[in-house]
Amino acid sequence: MTQLSFLAPLLVLVPFFFGTVSIATRNVPAVQRFLVVLASGANFALAGWLFLEDQKQDAPTEVSFGAWETPVGIAFFIDGLSALMVVVAALIGFCGALFACGEIGRTLWRRNYAFFYLLLLGGINGAFLTGDLFNMFVWFEVMLIASFAMIVLGRRKHTLEGATKYVVINMVSSFFFLSGLGILYGKAGSLNLADIASRVAESNSDPLILTSGALLLIAFGIKAGVFPLYFWLPASYPHAGFTTAAVFGGLLTKVGVYALFRVFGGALGFASELTGPIFLVVGAATMIMGVLGAASQFHVRRILSFHIISQIGYLVLGLGLFTQGAFAAAIFYTAHHILVKSNLFFSAGLIARATGSERLERIGGLFKERPLLAFLFLIPALSLGGIPPLSGFFAKFLIIRETLREEAWIYAGIALAVGVITLFSMTKIWAEAFWKDHPRREKLDRIKPIQVVPVILLATGTILIGIFVQPVHEVSERAATQLIEQNQVATVAEAETP
Amino acid sequence: MDLLLAILIGLLAAVAVYLILDRNLFRILIGLALLAQAANLLVFSAAGLGDGTTAVIDKKADAPAENAPDALAQALVLTAIVISFGVLAFCITLLKRTHRRSSQSDISALSHIDS
Repeated sequence: MTQLSFLAPLLVLVPFFFGTVSIATRNVPAVQRFLVVLASGANFALAGWLFLEDQKQDAPTEVSFGAWETPVGIAFFIDGLSALMVVVAALIGFCGALFACGEIGRTLWRRNYAFFYLLLLGGINGAFLTGDLFNMFVWFEVMLIASFAMIVLGRRKHTLEGATKYVVINMVSSFFFLSGLGILYGKAGSLNLADIASRVAESNSDPLILTSGALLLIAFGIKAGVFPLYFWLPASYPHAGFTTAAVFGGLLTKVGVYALFRVFGGALGFASELTGPIFLVVGAATMIMGVLGAASQFHVRRILSFHIISQIGYLVLGLGLFTQGAFAAAIFYTAHHILVKSNLFFSAGLIARATGSERLERIGGLFKERPLLAFLFLIPALSLGGIPPLSGFFAKFLIIRETLREEAWIYAGIALAVGVITLFSMTKIWAEAFWKDHPRREKLDRIKPIQVVPVILLATGTILIGIFVQPVHEVSERAATQLIEQNQVATVAEAETP
Repeated sequence: MDLLLAILIGLLAAVAVYLILDRNLFRILIGLALLAQAANLLVFSAAGLGDGTTAVIDKKADAPAENAPDALAQALVLTAIVISFGVLAFCITLLKRTHRRSSQSDISALSHIDS
């Protein structure tokens, strides 16, 4: 308890502090690299500690600030879900920092890349930890401003064009979020997510609650990139830097999914009869559209961007089934997916570095020249496609088992089919970039060793999740139970006040 | 007053949506600014406006007046205004740079990235 109450604020303060320090030394790239790795390493250590501390607790912990008790005061809410998300995000943050050391040049460091990177990490931690809807909005904005800046820092023409679309759509989504939370506050009289659950459960068909729910659904749907709100994603991610795209691809959409879980799985969970079918249909459509989009692309990161979308579909499907088992499956899936997706984006960076392009028709020869890289690419690629014994197999297995239990046969079929097509896209990258000879070059460019480290780390993570399925699944089950309990408390309160 | 605000918010949002759907970057920007105002007004009015008394606690009293509006909603709006101001400032710079780089103010011409 006491340890959690200082660990949680530190997870925001540490990245912000080092970020601010980094501005002072922005002209010295070596110091910038050191600071980014140090700060994200410290962030990872703290997140790991927080995670272990949380596992010892029986109930979720609320850390309120300024001696105001909840629900009046502003609080961080640490339960199984937020702790797991924070530790996975921090791992990606650390890997991204290592990758950035090889990728980011003097110009970008001078434009405060380190500051924005650490601001992003702090913002993500805040968004995962906060237990208050308005603060979630503020953390989203912190994250967004940092991500806006990171996308445009390179100032190339394509980047600016992608960023324009990204910024406009995200601002629209923010205003949806703000309107939704405003109406919800007007009705419920509280912003604390756990408190909202018990306050609005009695009036579950109130038009104001439904309106605010719809607004929040659109807001988070845009951020998460679900059908039909995903078009901005493949337009902007492939044109950012490699570190930037990897961290965004792994984390930013998942913050949107996390918000969906928090609000529609927890606080507004009583409305599951209404929202459940919406999420099922949206999830299935997202999976199909994403995977078909990927199949039609011939640019490594565009393929991967479409796959983010299709994998988001599995998570939303898990939310739509609305059972404890499905929540656990979706949380497991999220953890696995963040590792695998960021890893594939890092690999895309290495592929582009070695072969000079990301367009599949212009590259090749990696299997002959860089066998280690080929091996490392294969791990996340097969895991994404759901090949045992890697993490993706168990993630897909858990989701599909739940659809079968709920007798949602169609969705089980779609989930299986999408898995196969995913594998097809991965084979496409494999055949074009690795197997065939490079169309123009004999020798490939050198890869910086420090950029291989994150790929190795994350591939190891994927394998470890595959081996230690049971403990990881127990962690996700615990998180799912705590999330479900939030709206069960609300339902009990409803039953007691007839 | 409620009705008046509701109509105003609806009007602002409608104009904002119309402008955001335009192809001209500058109009999109104005649309975003208006949408921000609509959202802020919505939060402001959603928590109830009271009967015109201020949300400030009187010097002699130790609690706000009976019909006073919710002070928290107003605090939220203040924060939201600051945030939307900052984001809009960024957006202006970005659109200006995009305009200068691609010498286009028509967003449908920004399609290099889609191919």
